[in-house]
Amino acid sequence: MCLAVPGKIVSVTGGDDPLSRMAKVSFGGVIKEVSLAYVPEAGVGDYVIVHVGFALNKLDEQDALKVLEDLKTLGDMEDGQQRLQE
Amino acid sequence: MKYVDEYRDAEASQRLLGAIRATVTRPWTIMEICGGQTHAIVKFGLDELLPDTITLVHGPGCPVCVTAAETVDEAIELAGRPDVTFCSFGDMLRVPGSRLDLLSVKAAGGDVRIVYSPMDAVTLARRHPERQVVFFAVGFETTAPANAMAAYQAKREELRNFSLLVSHVLVPPAIEAILSSPANQVQGFLAAGHVCTVMGYTEYEPIAQSYGVPIVVTGFEPVDILQGLYMCVRQLETGRAEVENQYSRVVSREGNLPAQRIMREVFEIVDRNWRGIGVIPRSGFALRAEYRDFDAERRFALSPAPALTASPCIAGQVLQGVKRPHDCPAFGTACTPERPLGAPMVSSEGACAAYYRHRRSRPRA
Repeated sequence: MCLAVPGKIVSVTGGDDPLSRMAKVSFGGVIKEVSLAYVPEAGVGDYVIVHVGFALNKLDEQDALKVLEDLKTLGDMEDGQQRLQE
Repeated sequence: MKYVDEYRDAEASQRLLGAIRATVTRPWTIMEICGGQTHAIVKFGLDELLPDTITLVHGPGCPVCVTAAETVDEAIELAGRPDVTFCSFGDMLRVPGSRLDLLSVKAAGGDVRIVYSPMDAVTLARRHPERQVVFFAVGFETTAPANAMAAYQAKREELRNFSLLVSHVLVPPAIEAILSSPANQVQGFLAAGHVCTVMGYTEYEPIAQSYGVPIVVTGFEPVDILQGLYMCVRQLETGRAEVENQYSRVVSREGNLPAQRIMREVFEIVDRNWRGIGVIPRSGFALRAEYRDFDAERRFALSPAPALTASPCIAGQVLQGVKRPHDCPAFGTACTPERPLGAPMVSSEGACAAYYRHRRSRPRA
């Protein structure tokens, strides 16, 4: 039930009512119709987390990259710590 | 797939495991309360890769598993009615009630439909005004925005033939129930990343503070879980008890405000009976008075009768992290996904199903 997947917005439809805004979202090539009612600021090209047909948030590219960057320095830190212990 | 593959990277996982090993000096018991995390841990063998000093416990993070047997019986009763089209998420179909499950009602001719989204049920109601369409609204806070929108739209459109059988559960009260149990051994928590995508994590701050436990909002891929564990262990080793956010690429502190607004409009907080655990005060959602017309229990005048639950199933203890699936005498023998005795063996997020799929043989002591 927690299972939500990141997908890329390919196109957006929907009129004035933000609650009826829908998008075609690509999950590695598989396209599904998703409601953007809860992520009014999301647009074409954005990645969103989708759960049971609703986008729940935009993926923050900066934060995503930062996590991966932090992990790269983790190894160096650990080597440093090991050298200290020797 | 972007934003998925990077978080399954083996090298990053090894770095994190190394960092955890270098940091741990004492035994710690950490619980995750999310079926998605349970499955990732068992599937990728993360608990076996961790140092022995860390005990990972699976909590009641499977909403299908904690849906009260009485509610499953109500669903079965509704699904059996000739005028009802009963819609549900797939994994509720084989959850045993007192005697039957929804799948056997379907096999006997009941109009039971698996849907991907609650909005699919609304669409069915629009297209078939002659049918009473009922949606089984089960889930944690992650699913509540979708279920709320279904009720919200149905009310706006004045749909006369749509209703919801609601059985929502909330995570923070479950954490408090576990922490306030005298038998509690859990010292830190991984909070469910997608629940927090919706709700934010402000609710966890008073819990971390009053019980003195670190709580780390964590994602679902192996790298996420290992990083969440690393952050938790670092806090435990330095005596800190704060809420941290590992899943920052998706989760913000306040959560999704438009979703919370619709949820508040449609739902109110009520006491809820968690299958295998008992009633946890203020731990569930029910439809507000303004939405009572869309409440299936009211529309069909259902009164929950106590369910018959005599069986070797120890789901309650598994869900509270007190026992593991292998501790159950029926695991893999009398109880399998094809013939489940309890919900955790049925649900795609249940601990027993995870162990059955990925870890059939008994682990070394």
